[in-house]
Amino acid sequence: MPQTKKSMKTEVKEEIKPKGEVREVMQPKVTEQKEACQKTVLRITPENARFKYELKKVPGAEKLMLCFQCGTCTADCPVSRYNDSYRPRKILRMAQLGIKDQVLKSDTIWLCAACFTCVDHCPQDVEIAGVLRALRNIAVKEGAMPLNFKELASAIMETGYAYKIPESRIKKREETALPTLPKGNLEDISKLFKVTGFSRILETSGGSN
Amino acid sequence: MTREKGNKYVLFLGCAIPYRESAYEISARQVFRRLGLEVEEMPEFNCCGNPIDPVSHEAMLALAARNLCLAERRGANIIALCPGCAGTLRKVNKTLKEDEKVREEVNHFLKEIGMEFKGTIDVKHLMQVLAEDVGLDKIKAAIKKPLSNLCVAEHSGCHVLRPIKYIGFDDPENPQVLKNLIRATGARVLEYQDEAQCCGAPIIGINQDIPTNLTGEKLSHMKEVGAQAVITVCPFCHMMFDTNQPRIERVVNKKFEMPALHYTQLLGLAMGFSPEELAIKELRVDASKLLAVINT
Repeated sequence: MPQTKKSMKTEVKEEIKPKGEVREVMQPKVTEQKEACQKTVLRITPENARFKYELKKVPGAEKLMLCFQCGTCTADCPVSRYNDSYRPRKILRMAQLGIKDQVLKSDTIWLCAACFTCVDHCPQDVEIAGVLRALRNIAVKEGAMPLNFKELASAIMETGYAYKIPESRIKKREETALPTLPKGNLEDISKLFKVTGFSRILETSGGSN
Repeated sequence: MTREKGNKYVLFLGCAIPYRESAYEISARQVFRRLGLEVEEMPEFNCCGNPIDPVSHEAMLALAARNLCLAERRGANIIALCPGCAGTLRKVNKTLKEDEKVREEVNHFLKEIGMEFKGTIDVKHLMQVLAEDVGLDKIKAAIKKPLSNLCVAEHSGCHVLRPIKYIGFDDPENPQVLKNLIRATGARVLEYQDEAQCCGAPIIGINQDIPTNLTGEKLSHMKEVGAQAVITVCPFCHMMFDTNQPRIERVVNKKFEMPALHYTQLLGLAMGFSPEELAIKELRVDASKLLAVINT
């Protein structure tokens, strides 16, 4: 037995030997190491803590702190399989740390497809899709609303529908004897957008791609 | 008096169906009439609220609650064809019934328009109404032309399944309701890999690659087991499987040529309606071979 072990060791050494040059490159100088460390170290400020507690108050994000980072959400996420940067576990960690700027400015918070697989699978009963939605809501309040959502919201305000249904479609309904489409009361919608504070958000947030 | 157990329904059409999936509505209305399902119109409904939940949860709650109040006034339960609408209205209905704090907040919004949420109705997706209120026996009794030489794959879609604590009428890990509804038409349901997986449609406005790959993967799995068609109950999933299929074929470099039928079209064919009566022509992926199989 010991003999086999020995021979294995030598084999490994031999394998590594030709890669000597690579190894040298992979070992950064002490100063570089220090710099790399400084980049990854997070200094948590009272502001970070405030953000975390603000987020926890949003419906859907209440159980944020229960996340123990098992990663079931990411493992089961269909979007994560086809995208290298969307990782719900990571977003939850960033949210728990309260690193507001990094998490709100991250484009990945807009990639959740709300399939709710993570919600059903989370062993801690954290409503992960709810946390994502809470983060998006806050990002929008801070002025960053993706263009397609701005269009959807404007269409609802102008027509009661999320899409502007073309005249040709409405005419075709008449031809096929379908009942007239419901017409949302635009005055009601306008009042509801005002009282919920959404009108103001729509006015102040510029659509971005 | 609560009408929760009554079978009077008011139809919630939503936005996506009149915008681009009218075949779903046309076929659903045919099927309802044949089954004697009383469905009323509501001329004042607005968007369910779901599309703007990512940007304002409060505005979503307000829009959804207004729709619920309108149905309450009518004393009728809501039947929605779109799982996005059904899921949203169902979730908000449940939350407002159970959470006093949220109800108070929402009623404060509703006061502006002279409404109040009372919690007297129920919201169901078409699939749930067909399975629970109409029942498989009644559906089977209405079949005139069993589709016994048809093998299909189902795609229930996410919002009729999850989150289970709000939707909860089917098993999200092993969905059976749509399968049973398909079997009632005489067709065979094939099992395939990752049946309950999302098609990706909700993020198509943000990113096209992910939904394209997800739906492409699902179509590949369906093709592998020999499915002749995919059956959906959602206008967004249907858009991915039907309208976007030619694009997906180009991107993933595979030929699927897989017709995607709304469940109500499949059921309608089995009930003996003609393809014209079910607006089969509106499908983007050619279904003529499929119709030929049915007619042999």
